[in-house]
Amino acid sequence: MKTSYLIAAMLAVFTAGPSQAATQITAAGATFPYPMYSKWFNEYHTLHPDIQINYQSIGSGAGIKQVTEGTVDFGASDGPMTDQQIAEYRAKRGAGILHFPTVLGADVPTYNIPGVQAELNFTPQALAGIFLGKITKWNDPEITEHNPGVKLPANDIVVVHRSDGSGTTYVWVDYLSKISPEWKSRVGVGTSVNWPVGLGGKGNEGVSGQVRQVPNSIGYVELIYAVQNHMLYGKVRNADGKFMKADLNSITAAAAGAVRNMPDDFRVSITNAPGSATYPICSFTWLLIPDQIKDPAKKKAITDFLHWMMTKGQDMTAALSYGRLPHPVVAKELKAIADIH
Amino acid sequence: MAATTALHRGARAGAPSASRRTGLASHWLYALTFLSAAGVILITCLIFLQLYWNSALARQKFGWHFLVTEVWDPVNSVFGALPFLFGTVVTSAFALFLAVPIGVGAAVFLAELAPRKTSNLLTFLIELLAAVPSVIFGLLGIFVLIPILQQFVVPALKSVLGFLPIFEGAFYGVSLFSAGIVLAIMIVPFIISVSREVLLAVPRDLREASLGLGATMWETTWKVVIPFAKRGILGSIFLALARALGETMAVTMVIGNTPHVQASLLAPGYSIAAVIANEFTEATGDLYLSALIELGLVLFVLTIVINGAARLLILATTGKGERHA
Repeated sequence: MKTSYLIAAMLAVFTAGPSQAATQITAAGATFPYPMYSKWFNEYHTLHPDIQINYQSIGSGAGIKQVTEGTVDFGASDGPMTDQQIAEYRAKRGAGILHFPTVLGADVPTYNIPGVQAELNFTPQALAGIFLGKITKWNDPEITEHNPGVKLPANDIVVVHRSDGSGTTYVWVDYLSKISPEWKSRVGVGTSVNWPVGLGGKGNEGVSGQVRQVPNSIGYVELIYAVQNHMLYGKVRNADGKFMKADLNSITAAAAGAVRNMPDDFRVSITNAPGSATYPICSFTWLLIPDQIKDPAKKKAITDFLHWMMTKGQDMTAALSYGRLPHPVVAKELKAIADIH
Repeated sequence: MAATTALHRGARAGAPSASRRTGLASHWLYALTFLSAAGVILITCLIFLQLYWNSALARQKFGWHFLVTEVWDPVNSVFGALPFLFGTVVTSAFALFLAVPIGVGAAVFLAELAPRKTSNLLTFLIELLAAVPSVIFGLLGIFVLIPILQQFVVPALKSVLGFLPIFEGAFYGVSLFSAGIVLAIMIVPFIISVSREVLLAVPRDLREASLGLGATMWETTWKVVIPFAKRGILGSIFLALARALGETMAVTMVIGNTPHVQASLLAPGYSIAAVIANEFTEATGDLYLSALIELGLVLFVLTIVINGAARLLILATTGKGERHA
């Protein structure tokens, strides 16, 4: 029975054959923006039938690795490359690598408390306390004080986190590190961390599934996932002291709030961004483009695509629930395209 | 494919050795089959060497402590295999504990007691079960099994056996217990299907002789047929065990993915295959990758050790069965 699968797979590979596209570009990396990228690459192929971009959503870490090894034309990541990774890239490829933010995403706290249907307000201290295992009951004053009128039970909180390494986790712990010195020193930031408490669920669906099944639990999922699945999620108090619900406007506002401090290489964390209309737990996701592309056809295709993605492409983001880039960021990125040689 | 290997092992117990038969076949056939066999060994060796070389960094850094360290902290680059090793062994052992009696029992029924037509139909269904992708078992585990466990099974277990440390603590659904049950469901078809074939291969005259001597159906089954087929049945069990040790997707969906060693079966845990699948794609940094590859090496060696032990066990216990053949 396994043989028949194999034969089917081989047939599929052979009959697919080479496409007529003149310029084939391969890319790999982050899974979070995959629906958006796949839509963009498709649309772009329809507009320019001679250009085909094949994107494999194999994870940010693997995307960084593949672009460093030179096995793909460009990569994609939910977290910016570290200085060490950039140095490694330079050593292996003899060139630099550029970060281009593409869209915005956010993490939201989702919970399942029997009898509570309200959108809870979470302070940064409450989230850090819960995920550090220090706030253990739902009726802790840090939670009840900011949720007047909601009757919270005296039950133990069950924490659910992602078990697979992911950009979603990176954004969540990056935020916790910014607002809690204890989190920063005890746990730190990464795509996987040594969680002080909690159960691990694989993927957004794993986390939301466990939150749904375990009473008194709390977890975090991507905003898109929560919106598409009509999940209940809470507001988080931003740096200006306002409780904000994550939506497309409040995450674009976070990016706009971060523009003032935007470095030229776009490697910036926008969690806990200033501004009264911002949602504090969000992030860019980036394309990783080599700053030297030898094949002129590929170079033209990639730079043209980048240009299209930042202008026309941005109009498609809302339909898929991704946050669009604020105008100042787009303007800055359009200038940076010239750095590709 | 794996099932047929074990099947041959069982059916061939006592056939003349292969080398003596090759005189009849052409040299070409000999060369061809030899190359196929050598290829399998070569691939196994290459896998081992790759795992060994690519884990060098972690092996040098942590040494044997890797096996007994309970911390898994990618941020601070401290890695230990103990919680994963523990979870892998515990869930597999628990799965076997559940699956072996059911699997062997069902095989005896299908081979010895059920009418041929029923038996063939049921076997067809069981083999279908073996072809179900593991992610489906994982989803069934999450959406069907865990709610049942939460509502009925675990409260009942706790009220009767709650004093045992292995049933202590809160039950969140995802746990070593749930993972073991899902694994048991996944490996039972292998045990049934292979054991049934082995039982059917037991010569008819043995049965007739036993019945002719006045033994009952039960006595014939338990004292003649099963001892004769013991080696094949054990083979099916170890095949199932190998599958359980390496199962990834279904386990990671129901085990809780928490790298701690806890005595309670109701507590969440983690397995080697699950952590590799979960963290490999996003693993950045050489030591982190190297530690994950070393986990692969640990699983590889664990499988070899368990299979080796199984061989020894078969050799030690089947002396009697061999004499018939």
